[in-house]
Amino acid sequence: MKDFEYEAPVSLATAIEQIAAGNGSVKVLAGGTDLIDHIRTGRLTPSLVVDVKKIPELNVLEINSDGLRLGASVSCASVYGNEDICRDYSALSDSCHIIGGIQIQNRASVGGNLCNSGPAADSIPSLIALDATCVIAGPQGTREIAAEDFCTAPGKNVLESGELLVELVMPARPAKSGSHYLRFIPRNEMDIAVVGVGASVMLDETGETIQSARIGIGAAAPTPLFAKEASELLTGLPANEESFAKAAAAAQEIVTPIDDMRGTVEFRTHVTGVLTKRALHVAVERARKS
Amino acid sequence: MAKKRVVTTKINGRPVEFLCEPRQTLLEVLRENLDMIGTKEGCSNGNCGACTILIDGKAVDSCLVLAVEAEGMNIETIEGVASADGLHPLQQAFLEEAALQCGICTPGLIMSAKALLAQNPDPTEEEIRFALAGNLCRCTGYDKIVRAVQSAAKMGCASAAK
Ligand SMILES: Cc1cc2nc3c(=O)[nH]c(=O)nc-3n(C[C@H](O)[C@H](O)[C@H](O)COP(=O)(O)OP(=O)(O)OC[C@H]3O[C@@H](n4cnc5c(N)ncnc54)[C@H](O)[C@@H]3O)c2cc1C
Ligand code: FES
Ligand code: FES
Repeated sequence: MKDFEYEAPVSLATAIEQIAAGNGSVKVLAGGTDLIDHIRTGRLTPSLVVDVKKIPELNVLEINSDGLRLGASVSCASVYGNEDICRDYSALSDSCHIIGGIQIQNRASVGGNLCNSGPAADSIPSLIALDATCVIAGPQGTREIAAEDFCTAPGKNVLESGELLVELVMPARPAKSGSHYLRFIPRNEMDIAVVGVGASVMLDETGETIQSARIGIGAAAPTPLFAKEASELLTGLPANEESFAKAAAAAQEIVTPIDDMRGTVEFRTHVTGVLTKRALHVAVERARKS
Repeated sequence: MAKKRVVTTKINGRPVEFLCEPRQTLLEVLRENLDMIGTKEGCSNGNCGACTILIDGKAVDSCLVLAVEAEGMNIETIEGVASADGLHPLQQAFLEEAALQCGICTPGLIMSAKALLAQNPDPTEEEIRFALAGNLCRCTGYDKIVRAVQSAAKMGCASAAK
């Protein structure tokens, strides 16, 4: 690997100083499951790597009546190892369960998955479905942005040079709410999503009517998408297959997938519809049980 | 060139201090600086699991860890698996079930299986397959490997793993 310096600051303020001082040739290191390979292959040539895993703010994992606070460097294994997340933010734990194998999950963070900003990144549709806000810190202070606005192009995002992602904040999940993420891959394990869909729903107290829903779609456009119309049309509809089919049709309208060895445009569009229905179906089942 | 760093760790129960460059992976340092060549290099990009070691009890791909990150960590490698009394039940089971051919994948598989059994002493076949999904074997076939892990679990590998 090409030579670089390494720092592992224990405070956010120091990290921001070090990242800002590096003038754009700094890379933040969380679990390293994307970054280390990118450096090894020469795709990235940072002069400084700043390991952010020792910063307390990036290790927060707090769940209470305000919602969920997830530090950017918390590992996927810690996410699905948390029973409260598995129960109330199931889409996120579903995502974390399928990112790589155990060795990857023990290191890879949700923050790193988001900041790597791959179109097929498995945590992003779930973050969108769960209405996550990204908290970003930099020399100019702190700012917030919705998960669906974070990625701007394949591998690109809104982070300015000198900034880092601190945490992801998700609102509390009331009774009768549920969520699910699933993807289509040609193998059972260890593959890149052909399409991935995350859905969350809130039902009325009878469990029969949808009060609100959010659908996030991955691998079907240059960036993960928030399927706004598909989500909003569900409000007030009965929680049944017919409603899910309407949302699926609306979701298929917004995708702009690519043709590659994993699937054609036609196939990916079809799969978007199928997965939207399935994600909603499971999210509703979970909501009824909650 | 970036200054070399002194890293203090525990490897297989013994305190170890090593000197490394920030750009070196833990896999590279284990094999090249510390002459611990039991941990194998397959793909060097996190796909094959041949380089699996345990850090603080958790299976990770050592090709995707920087050696400088290992400061203060508790590392276990294949070299620490057998004891003075002989092979570990997992190693014995891999031999008895013929769960290896060329052997490149074996150290990684044993480390992954060891982490699994420490956490879940009586895993189902499906749980074993999930736990080993990050370890590729290109010669033996996974059925024999899964059987070996099942047989090690029966031998009470969990108690031996502690
Ligand atoms: C074998 C294998 C299988 C994989 N399978 C999947 C899969 O199924 N699904 C999937 O989605 N991904 C998969 N990945 C990709 C990868 O594991 C994930 O994207 C992972 O979540 C990245 O997290 P990390 O903590 O390792 O990030 P790192 O590699 O540490 O960082 C990733 C990028 O984000 C930046 N970054 C990290 N943290 C911050 C921060 N706080 N602020 C600003 N920038 C930051 C880094 O500079 C880097 O550019 C796989 C990778 C491998 C090697
Ligand atoms: S060598 Fe590390 S995973 Fe293949
Ligand atoms: S025995 Fe050869 S790769 Fe597994």
